[in-house]
Amino acid sequence: MSTTIPAAPPQKVAEAGKTTRFRLTDRARKERNLGWMLAGPAFFVMVAVTGYPILNALWLSMFDYRLTDPAGRDFIGLGNYLTILTDGLFWRQFGVTSLITVVTVSVELVLGFGLAMVMHRALYLRTALRTAILVPYGIITVVSAYAWAYAFSNTYGFVNGIFGLGEFDWFGGTWSALAAVCVAEIWKTTPFMSLLLLAGLAQIPDDYLEAAKVDGATAWQRVKRVILPNMKAAIMVALLFRTLDAFRVFDTVFIMTAGSQNTETLSFLAYRQTISRVMVGLGSAVSVILAILVVLIAVMFVKVFKTDLSQQRGDRK
Amino acid sequence: MKVSRRNQIFWIVGAILIIAYAVIPVLWIVSLSFKEGDDITNKSFLPTVWSWENYRTVFASDLFTTALRNSVGMALIATTISVILATLAAYAISRLDFPGKRLVLGVALAITVFPVIAIATPLFNLWRTIGLYDTWLGLIIPYLSYSLPLAVYVLAAFFREIPWEMEQAAQVDGATAWQAFRRVIVPLATPGVFTAAILTFFAVWNDFVFGITLTSSEAARPVPAALAFFQGASQFSQPTAPIAAAAVVVTIPVVILVLLFQRKIVAGLTNGAVKG
Repeated sequence: MSTTIPAAPPQKVAEAGKTTRFRLTDRARKERNLGWMLAGPAFFVMVAVTGYPILNALWLSMFDYRLTDPAGRDFIGLGNYLTILTDGLFWRQFGVTSLITVVTVSVELVLGFGLAMVMHRALYLRTALRTAILVPYGIITVVSAYAWAYAFSNTYGFVNGIFGLGEFDWFGGTWSALAAVCVAEIWKTTPFMSLLLLAGLAQIPDDYLEAAKVDGATAWQRVKRVILPNMKAAIMVALLFRTLDAFRVFDTVFIMTAGSQNTETLSFLAYRQTISRVMVGLGSAVSVILAILVVLIAVMFVKVFKTDLSQQRGDRK
Repeated sequence: MKVSRRNQIFWIVGAILIIAYAVIPVLWIVSLSFKEGDDITNKSFLPTVWSWENYRTVFASDLFTTALRNSVGMALIATTISVILATLAAYAISRLDFPGKRLVLGVALAITVFPVIAIATPLFNLWRTIGLYDTWLGLIIPYLSYSLPLAVYVLAAFFREIPWEMEQAAQVDGATAWQAFRRVIVPLATPGVFTAAILTFFAVWNDFVFGITLTSSEAARPVPAALAFFQGASQFSQPTAPIAAAAVVVTIPVVILVLLFQRKIVAGLTNGAVKG
């Protein structure tokens, strides 16, 4: 995936590897064994702790199975999937999840870019800035959700006071509740985005910007023509990570609205079906669908990413 | 000269705004945690009287103290296991040539993007059958599903930057293999291992999905999950301020780690993603 990204010289590494393998067959075999001995345990644990549940979910998703009624367990093939995909509720939650994802990720991209620019340029307050920015990143999502839920609350919060909204109930309607959820998500995850963008920004040689300046480019032109094209890879990686993460949004919604006012997301649906309603079969099917959607998003990104990068390379030549 | 000074002021204002952005919600929950009585619903940012009452309530409640113990214990165990296994794997990936090293990294990456809830729901079923439901082990195992890939990923990125030839160079200069490892490689690798440990700890400390799906009592419930269940379980109707106090308590470790290791955390977050 992101193995093809920038700077590092992968060819050289591959060449070096090839020559050693060619010359020292015996040693190479030992190296191979040692490699698997060291990497094996981690690999095995990773595959076991995720592979098993995934396969198990696939299996269970084909049963009409309620935990409280094990005797009534019935194989129904793709029946659960049919139930879910023909249910308006699922599509609404898919819509809510997509909306949250698109809104938060696009706001984060713009905001994160601004943050990255400031972090890159500011000569003073550098350490304070980076320390402060890591607080939202490191803070527990549930804590952030509570902080924002109370801030927006019309019983405890200060938000209404500041904006003169009186007794406005943010959690009384779908749109305002979703807005509050998005604000909390954006606050918590923009720092991560901005740090990834900052890393991309730092890789742009200063000469490029100097040259553009000498040639009379305005600040906006410099951003658009020099900075953005040169940090495409970083932007793509940041977008990919954040989109996949946003699509799984759960904690914030659970704490802030508990899914009321039609703010349920797909992760929340999977949770509610399995844990609250103990409809294990149906819940597993939702989990599988969610996983497939995430994989699809990742594949889409990587496709766009690849054509984009090769185009970029072509342009330069 | 004049222009650049004006520019610099612009960036400083930006920096101050960002710091405010990052800190205000945290200060809000801190301020809320010191409110008491009518202050809780005064809808203003600050309390009129600062009170430790909520902290007393929180620490007097078994619900919170057991959850805190669970969180600390499980996060430390999961972090330790992840970092040990990941260090071995990352060393192999960056230093040795063996088939499948790309596979290991690929699997790690694929797992980090996988929806946690999709793993949690099948485990809910399995753990109930084999008796791991509502136990520490029953949470530590699923924690590994995201802490281990994260650690592998961060460490592989770090280890790739280490000039491993220096080990041979030291041996040529007369150091024994152990000395070369101890004096040259360990100091170079330690910061990476450390960073991986911090990031892994953050990830596990943050867990909520496994915490609420795989526990049913105080036996293993971590703090984030306990916070969500505070609501009904407390004797007062709306334990807003105590929740705020508990939230502040679990934020303190994060703030301390960030203050101490800001540079390392930034490096760890960006290394893997940009050069991986």
